[in-house]
Amino acid sequence: MRQVAIYGKGGIGKSTTTQNLTAGLGEMGKKIMIVGCDPKADSTRLILHGLAQKSVLDTLREEGEDVELENIMKTGAFGIKCVESGGPEPGVGCAGRGIITSINMLEQLGAYTDDLDYVFYDVLGDVVCGGFAMPIREGKAQEIYIVASGEMMALYAANNICKGIQKYANTGGTRLGGIICNSRKVDGERELLEAFAKELGSQLVYFVPRDNLVQRAEINRKTVIDFAPDEAQADVYRGLARAIDGNDMFVIPKPMPQERLEAILMEHGILDN
Amino acid sequence: MSRTNIKQRVDKTLEQYPAAVYKNRKEHVLVKNNTFQEPQTITANTRTIPGIITNRGCCYAGCKGVVLGPLRDAVILTHGPIGCGFYTWGTRRNKGKTRGDELNLLNYCFSTDLQEGDIVFGGEKKLRQAIKEAVEIFKPKTVFICATCPVGLIGDDIHAIAAQAEKEYGIKVVAFSCEGYKGVSQSGGHHIANNGLIKHIIGTGDKVVGKYSLNILGEYNIGGDGWELERILKKIGYEIVSMMTGDGMAEDLKSAHKATLNLIQCHRSINYIGEMMYTKYGQDWLKVNFIGVQSTIKSLRNIAKYFDDPDLTARTEQVIADELSEIGPVMEHYRNILKGKTAALFVGGSRAHHYQHLLKDLGVEILLAGYEFAHRDDYEGREVIPSIKADADSKNIESLEVSADPEHYRVFLSKERYEKLKNEIPLNYYAGMIKEMDDGSIVVDDLNHFETEEFLKILKPDIFCSGIKDKYIAHKAGIFSKQLHSYDYSGPYAGFKGAVNFARDIAMGVTTPAWKFVTPPWKKEPMLEGSLVG
Repeated sequence: MRQVAIYGKGGIGKSTTTQNLTAGLGEMGKKIMIVGCDPKADSTRLILHGLAQKSVLDTLREEGEDVELENIMKTGAFGIKCVESGGPEPGVGCAGRGIITSINMLEQLGAYTDDLDYVFYDVLGDVVCGGFAMPIREGKAQEIYIVASGEMMALYAANNICKGIQKYANTGGTRLGGIICNSRKVDGERELLEAFAKELGSQLVYFVPRDNLVQRAEINRKTVIDFAPDEAQADVYRGLARAIDGNDMFVIPKPMPQERLEAILMEHGILDN
Repeated sequence: MSRTNIKQRVDKTLEQYPAAVYKNRKEHVLVKNNTFQEPQTITANTRTIPGIITNRGCCYAGCKGVVLGPLRDAVILTHGPIGCGFYTWGTRRNKGKTRGDELNLLNYCFSTDLQEGDIVFGGEKKLRQAIKEAVEIFKPKTVFICATCPVGLIGDDIHAIAAQAEKEYGIKVVAFSCEGYKGVSQSGGHHIANNGLIKHIIGTGDKVVGKYSLNILGEYNIGGDGWELERILKKIGYEIVSMMTGDGMAEDLKSAHKATLNLIQCHRSINYIGEMMYTKYGQDWLKVNFIGVQSTIKSLRNIAKYFDDPDLTARTEQVIADELSEIGPVMEHYRNILKGKTAALFVGGSRAHHYQHLLKDLGVEILLAGYEFAHRDDYEGREVIPSIKADADSKNIESLEVSADPEHYRVFLSKERYEKLKNEIPLNYYAGMIKEMDDGSIVVDDLNHFETEEFLKILKPDIFCSGIKDKYIAHKAGIFSKQLHSYDYSGPYAGFKGAVNFARDIAMGVTTPAWKFVTPPWKKEPMLEGSLVG
């Protein structure tokens, strides 16, 4: 079982990329579970063709009720099993603690079955506190992909996430598998990301070009492969799936100091001096 | 042992620390030297070194446990997992009794009992529900909400909930952000509690009080101390408007601004209220010490001086004479037993000073004294306050700015009288502990486990007055130890009758033969057996 965590700046397209990627893997016949680690509980909407009915943490609220796995796990397109961690409303409680609680509960409930080829964790935004690092702690996700684009803030966030990975890589066994570019059509984007990934000691594992078809599929609550299997963008995600499935480069990232990051950005023409 | 000798042995003890720890700790320990021209300074109210076993408590303990806890008529609701509320429930021996048909909640423990789901989703709903239930069942006029650590982390807006509940139920509801991790000790919690009481409680009542009226601040009625004070003061003819907070009531605190004079017993935990009432309502505060016969007499005479009324002064002297004639022979008996004994004291933010007076009454010499959570002014006197540098930890605790209340501000003393009196009595002033200590005695701040053992070895005192955490270390070393937090199920120790109780307990403890029996076998007989092989 390969356990994979997807991180990246908020709004970069982690959930979209994860679901389209898993659709590609699912189409290849892989057995997959997605664990959405976002309090909004919208990480599996495209696979399930709608929002999951009940999150893991919802069950925690209902005191005394016997929790069964089938209450919180739904199977969607390509046989992908979907679980949403869920969490508090914005501004209250502790979403980080929620993720810890939720993953522990999934383990207790026996969600991690041996027949799974992949478990994907789709984690909210940045690694803001201990709770959001849960999926990369000991015994959980062994490989991490960061979704980024050529935009400055996305790279700042990616670099920051690498600091978190570095910490846990030294104590647990987690490794960075590479950067996935979800293109924003920034000038020289591919070259920039390749240089950025190289500086981290990693790789640009795949470049996903921008295509409006992705948005249309999303409005229809579907992944691209599900919505328009014959379009070129569907092949792009199949390519991403193959790249991840065949990836064998796992490293402890070397996050760079702010100055070095800015130098790379300048080199590739993003920051004008 | 000479001063030089003691200093050498103290230095040698501290030198056993690693360099960084040594650098820190040496500033917290001094040997009193009366030959110095300049007053000696000490470092206090700073972070304890991680890993050192300290006696300190947390911010929540200071706010909920110490200052608010003794109030009888308020629902004191701990917002957090159950442990914080449960272990501060009835463990401090702050006594209280119901006088009439007023609400007395001292025997209750109120907690929101936060569970994992509440941490994840926020505890506000549960807090609202808990307030509702408490109000419906007990119909209190005051509810205090005390925050514990996780509440600060998950950001429950307890102040907004308090404001809302206050409106909804038409009673006082005050929230205290006293999360345990705040500040360096329980001292931060005292300050937070003081701020809340000044902001929301004191000054909201309108009880009519007479001229000879007092508030007793910083008396928590441990073992009934406050009752003894009350007995003496009432006998003289004073009216006690409020006790802060031992056996006290929030309802009484509301009218505390009406009293003529504030007495401060525990300076550390409540000087903020004293100072703020002085600024806001013009009330002077007088540092008193009712621990010890001589210090009680002095305190009573100082209060009489403040009011400057011949009848009152005469009654004061009469009461002193009556009380002394009652306790004199018994005290003399115990003094004969204890004369020449030695003691080390490590307690609180005031008691290590207060109890020196009582022990000296009994002929006991003080070899070492230190505070857990005091600030420099409690050691060196309030004159050092302007030179205390605020660090990040102390800045993290809100410092309230108050101004004169146009309606209630009034001054009792004329300017001339004030100027004259302040040279005679500790008016709005505390001189601290160090000045009164003997040459060659040790002063130590935030004493830890290692230093306790070492200093007891060096000094070999007959009596070690401290708390439950180190009581048995002393006992195992064959030294009688008396808890001065809880009084070991005894008390009261304050005032005249309390002094007798203390003298009796100490005399019993010191003379018990048990201490001779704790010599371990290996000190008396060889533990290894062997034979010479040729």
